[in-house]
Amino acid sequence: MTTTAPLGAEERTDPATGPADGRRAVLRRIRPGNGFVFVLPFLLVFGLFMVWPIVQGLWMSFTDSSLALRDTGFVGFDNYTEAFGDPDVWSSLGNTLFFTAISSVPLVLVALAMALLVHSGLAGQWAWRLAFFAPYLLPVTVVTLIWTWLYQPELGLGNQLLDSFGMAPVGWLSDESVAMWSIAALTVWWTVGFNFLLYLAALQSLPTTFDEAAALDGAGAWRRLWSITLPQLRRTTGLVAMLQILASLKVFDQIYILTKGGPNGSTRPVLEYVYDVGFTGYRLGYASAVSYLFFALIIVVSLVQFRLFRRED
Amino acid sequence: MSATATPVRARRRPPREASGSPLLLGHGRLPRVLAGTALVVLAVVWLVPFLWAIATSVQSEKDVATTGLSPFKGAFTLDSYQEILERGNVSVWAFNSFLIAGLVTLLTVVVSTLAAYGFSRGTFRGRRALLAVTVAAIMIPPQLLVVPLFDQMLLFNMVDTYAAVILPQVVAPMMVFILKRFFDGIPKELEEAARIDGASEFRVFRSIVLPLSRPIVAAVAIFVFIGAWNNFMWPFIVTNDPDLMTLPVGLATVKDAYGIQYAQSMASALLAALPLIVVFLLFQRRIVNSVATTGLGGS
Repeated sequence: MTTTAPLGAEERTDPATGPADGRRAVLRRIRPGNGFVFVLPFLLVFGLFMVWPIVQGLWMSFTDSSLALRDTGFVGFDNYTEAFGDPDVWSSLGNTLFFTAISSVPLVLVALAMALLVHSGLAGQWAWRLAFFAPYLLPVTVVTLIWTWLYQPELGLGNQLLDSFGMAPVGWLSDESVAMWSIAALTVWWTVGFNFLLYLAALQSLPTTFDEAAALDGAGAWRRLWSITLPQLRRTTGLVAMLQILASLKVFDQIYILTKGGPNGSTRPVLEYVYDVGFTGYRLGYASAVSYLFFALIIVVSLVQFRLFRRED
Repeated sequence: MSATATPVRARRRPPREASGSPLLLGHGRLPRVLAGTALVVLAVVWLVPFLWAIATSVQSEKDVATTGLSPFKGAFTLDSYQEILERGNVSVWAFNSFLIAGLVTLLTVVVSTLAAYGFSRGTFRGRRALLAVTVAAIMIPPQLLVVPLFDQMLLFNMVDTYAAVILPQVVAPMMVFILKRFFDGIPKELEEAARIDGASEFRVFRSIVLPLSRPIVAAVAIFVFIGAWNNFMWPFIVTNDPDLMTLPVGLATVKDAYGIQYAQSMASALLAALPLIVVFLLFQRRIVNSVATTGLGGS
């Protein structure tokens, strides 16, 4: 944090303060010059489009406000107590946690494997990087269009492959017990590239001295991977895991487009429930309350992760 | 991959490339062959959806529906692409995507660099408190604010305007934080000299700090652009007019209308994917480095 370089924008742009003698002395004295002007545009959008909706949403969660009926009444904690007793809240929360579990683990491990392999010095670095990172560049709709086709029941690649091995077709998006796994597979394919780049960047900045010393001492490749490289990556793994869990908890887009939460609500995440209640059911107050409960959960998860992350250091 | 022992040994050291030290797979042939095989298998798995989509898009709908096991069997045709482009919507949405992502990027970079400079060098009262609030806001998922934000847009009468899509996306506390940390690391001596010579604070920012920060500003710009280009939920909620939709939103609304026309939906998917792939190919090095310099990216 620096306080040594004061700003004095107003004073110095003043035409009166042209180049003159004793300028230094004057400059010394204009310490209070603030720099607030620089922060102002950000504060404006931040206040308008972040702080306002946060406060407004909190207020709404205590009202029965709706899109249809602008007249709102204060209902206290009614929305919150209703949310606690709402089976849809619990099932969508369960779906969200299930998705987070089955997507985060491969998104960290596959990214790590990709980065280690690409970093291992085999030729064609940029081509591998492009192959693994390209899906991350696709808009969600494009990803879902391609995968809807792969998951298509009769002609899709998935069932055709199964068929060529003489196996029975699978209802990739229509079978309740399979749909969430299909969405997780799509998500891994789509977003692993970002974690991969984080790992690759970390690997490229690791000091090679330990590795070389161990190699001289005759440690084999596997041994050096386990005893040197992976431990050195622990901080990065903590960071990647933390970002990934938070990102997975917020899943909405691909599920909404692919299955609209179906079949039978088996893939509906919390954010889609919020969307359904707020924009289809017009109950903005109740939707806000569910949002805030979910937000509380996210804060708890972040704090727990932060703690774990700290201890690992 | 390599099957003989001698070339393996010869290749052990050289492939250092510009990218840093390789893992040193060792003298053993086994780790090298295993690693190479795994890499190829993973890359093939990652490319198959693209190849499948391309192969499907260059056939007639009839062939796609009848060729059975492989879309590679049908006759080659670009009909699907032609139809998509003639229908016009896709080009309107692509234009909107460019306009919106471009403006979001421009505004975010301007607003965030200014704020970061103010937070880094400023001495105004409440600076620390405001910075703390900004950093805390990084934790808040924007998706949770769509309900009150939409309510606000109704209030401002801004639903179905570019402004409604763009402005809320300009708030990027993470980017402000990343830039501030970078500015903090720039030595102050250069600026002091300029200040003594009578340069205005804005001049110092523009002519000294900003040029020194080009890599980080580029990194921020790239990630903001990718994020804005791919953003779905907010533009989806706040636009109903098809002429204002971005590519992701537009394609989602017609997805069901395409019905069984897989060749056309694959063609439109690939057309929509193209711009960012080109951007990546052009700025590949910068994108990879930017992840290294910022540590984090996307929102």
